[in-house]
Amino acid sequence: MTGFNETQPIYYQLVQKVILQIVRGDLKAGDKLPSVREMGGQFKVNPNTVQRAYADLERLTVVETRRGLGTFVTEDRARLTQLREQLKHEKIDTFIKDMQQMGFNNQEIKDGLDEHLGDSPNKEDKNVNC
Amino acid sequence: MSIVKFANVTKKYYGKVALDNVNFELPAGKVVGLIGPNGSGKSTALKLMAGLIRANRGAVTVCGKPAGRRISDEVAFLSELDTFYSFFTVKESINFYHGQYKDFDLAKAEQMLKFMQLKPEARVKDLSKGNRGRLKIALTLARRAKLILMDEPLSGLDPIVRELIIKSLASFIDLEQQTVIMTTHEVAEIEPLLDMVVAIRDGNVLKIEEIDNIREEYNISLVEWMKKVIGHLD
Repeated sequence: MTGFNETQPIYYQLVQKVILQIVRGDLKAGDKLPSVREMGGQFKVNPNTVQRAYADLERLTVVETRRGLGTFVTEDRARLTQLREQLKHEKIDTFIKDMQQMGFNNQEIKDGLDEHLGDSPNKEDKNVNC
Repeated sequence: MSIVKFANVTKKYYGKVALDNVNFELPAGKVVGLIGPNGSGKSTALKLMAGLIRANRGAVTVCGKPAGRRISDEVAFLSELDTFYSFFTVKESINFYHGQYKDFDLAKAEQMLKFMQLKPEARVKDLSKGNRGRLKIALTLARRAKLILMDEPLSGLDPIVRELIIKSLASFIDLEQQTVIMTTHEVAEIEPLLDMVVAIRDGNVLKIEEIDNIREEYNISLVEWMKKVIGHLD
């Protein structure tokens, strides 16, 4: 298929894609998002779906729609920093829960992280997300 | 507002029931997929909406009007079969359609030709099956019809043409003004394009559901949902 998973609604996955682009800095404060039509063509999804994703992003105050001009990433940098932090915490939470479920204690988790982050500086080049 | 309404519709072919006392309505401004096994009644439902065949009992209405011969002014129908004159060139086919339909938009047709990478001077009879598929879509989407009906738009075409067609649907349909209803077996491929699905089997409408609901409530893809609702694909 077109890079979407099978279980989550497509509009939701589009929201996640845009948020990732913002957090990564591919889209910066004040940048214009593709039009609904362009986005639809690019991801081969229905314009209604793109519309719904943009409405959700707007509700999250991550983007703003300016009448007749299009949809833009918010200029509110504090919000974007907050978004980045929020995402970080979510991912770490999931990671810790997974580790705890497998029976690792806090020290083991920390050591494991240190080991991974410490002795292989090239690790971060591996971008798992795209 | 509903664009299509079936009220107690039964359609038989020589005594064999294709649709069995069917009742449903579909909202405007959506992309709707009619899915079901071969012989389930999908194409029959589509042809009734297009006014190409008549119900034995009950009423089919489009925008509140009976779906008869005259509905072709408002409804664009993409047949599974090739329907153009083979001696025309691509450009002549466009001119012909322009003469036939009041809502045919020449500028949009030219835009679509470019998008579909079709040469205006090419003869229809010399076109490959894939290119005839592209031309068919271009001619259908160039109409500013309120209702666009497509019977198996992807069937029998190679992956590149299928992708081009899906892209053209995503970029050229105006859902503020138009509604699209299509029958398809390529469910996984077409799913991202759909707002709603109508599951049909043995001449009955089993279920009408929004795609987002299927994923949100059941956490499954359309293909999985189909297996549950319809049982199997073919």
